[in-house]
Amino acid sequence: MTEEAPRKISDFDKNALEEAIRIKECLGCEVVTVTVTAEEAKTTVKEALAMGADRAYVIKDPKIAGIDTLTTAKILAEAIKRLGAFDLILCGEASIDSFSGQVAARLAEILGIPLLTSANKVIVKDSDIIVERNLSSRYETVKAKMPALVSVTWGINQPRIPSLMAIMKASKKEIVEWNIEDLGFTSEKLESSDMTIEILDVSVPKIERKKRKLEGENAAETAEKLVKALIQEGVIGGGDF
Amino acid sequence: MNEYKGIWAFSEDHSLLLEILGKGREIADKLETEVTAIVLGHNVKEKAEEAATYGADKVYLIDNPLLESFQSERYLSALTSLTFRYKPETFLIGSTKDGKALAARLATRLNTGCITDCIQLELTDEKKLVAKKIVYGGKGIATILWQVKPQIATIPLRTFTKLEFREKKGQIIQLDVELEEPKTRRLTVRPLEVSRIRVEEAEIIVSCGRGFEKKEDLALAEELAKVLNAQVGCSRPLAEDRKWFTEWIGLSGHKVKPKLYIALGISGVIQHVAGIRDSKVIVAINKDENAPIFEIADYAIVGDIHEIVPALIKAFQKCLQK
Repeated sequence: MTEEAPRKISDFDKNALEEAIRIKECLGCEVVTVTVTAEEAKTTVKEALAMGADRAYVIKDPKIAGIDTLTTAKILAEAIKRLGAFDLILCGEASIDSFSGQVAARLAEILGIPLLTSANKVIVKDSDIIVERNLSSRYETVKAKMPALVSVTWGINQPRIPSLMAIMKASKKEIVEWNIEDLGFTSEKLESSDMTIEILDVSVPKIERKKRKLEGENAAETAEKLVKALIQEGVIGGGDF
Repeated sequence: MNEYKGIWAFSEDHSLLLEILGKGREIADKLETEVTAIVLGHNVKEKAEEAATYGADKVYLIDNPLLESFQSERYLSALTSLTFRYKPETFLIGSTKDGKALAARLATRLNTGCITDCIQLELTDEKKLVAKKIVYGGKGIATILWQVKPQIATIPLRTFTKLEFREKKGQIIQLDVELEEPKTRRLTVRPLEVSRIRVEEAEIIVSCGRGFEKKEDLALAEELAKVLNAQVGCSRPLAEDRKWFTEWIGLSGHKVKPKLYIALGISGVIQHVAGIRDSKVIVAINKDENAPIFEIADYAIVGDIHEIVPALIKAFQKCLQK
């Protein structure tokens, strides 16, 4: 079994890891984490090992900074191929920083394996994976043959907090570090042709609101003021009622 | 010479498709190019007709019993063949959960970029398309450009508005493509026990936050919502921690765009604000006068929801039942 956590363990990825560990506890498999990061990620990786992962692979390279989702997925795919056979890849539905939600889908596509997104529940049954998906307006149960890739939602589980004992034991676990050249990528390739999008700028959102504080002698008076203001705004009344 | 031409729109959610066509039409007019809607399904002639009257110059229709309901590999292979064959410059895809995965997979097959959950699409002075999206949990808005074509973007529900009905009607072209075998099989579908209408479609939302300490207090919000003909929503803690709701409003939940958003006992963390920023009018009621929600509210009332909400119910009843 493989588990991957792009960059940092955001909440979603912790959920993915927790789910992988739960499956391991039931079925007795191995949980491996794969992290792609531009910066030092030791603390995060150790946390993953303390939670219950057996081994960790870290693809750490400053050249990774600012790469797009396609390249992230290609790097992950290359690393995963080198790890040999696996049954299941679990990952978070989206990373917290950009909430792009593409890496899982792109990775499944590159590896050519079934993709089951927004998993709310995961069941492994022989060589099948059955997933309950939370699709906002409905739940769907979907089945696929393993190896497969599952992305999990926030609500799937409550990630464990490792015990002191687990933290101590984790320090003996293996962490393998690779750079992108180890995986056959070149820095030129990362910088130029593989970039599909360019971020021009990031601005702080402007929020222009009236910020009018309403007060009155009592709650009833304050309420009246609000009702009046909302009628003037044209958002209530208007004969619809 | 640019071999990629025109703007395409696809969503398995038909009303979302019509919204995307509205924006696609606007950009296409500025670029003097065509808008094409992609309609996949079985017995969906009517949907194709509708797309043709809501902004599409052309509709590529694939009517096949295998496409009756959404199936990733089948839909993906249909879109892949069409894209390879007709080379759109821009492909706008509805940002449902399935749509987002579909767009990312399509972009991978085409070795191109995909920008998910765009909140705006604009043209630069050089007439290049740029997308804006919320990043860093709502703390920033990024302006992003594609480096390769086709340019794929996903558009959430209620981001753009569908056009008025037009007499001008686009041409419907029925096509046939080879479909891939599914890798996943749907076993069951069960609707979520959501109340009445979907919160992202509500015109007025009464939303509850951590200020509701007891579940019984939700009755207050329910009653207020009833008077206003509103939908009740909540912030993440009430759904995630207390499990009083199955869904929440915010960056990781539903993005809403009502004309009136009433935040009751919601502190207003950035992730929540990111989900309500497009509301026309925001009212915040919170007993903590330093709550960040007041920074983004139009009308602020500092007070206890147990006192203010009953007073509001009375005041609204009085004025609305005249």
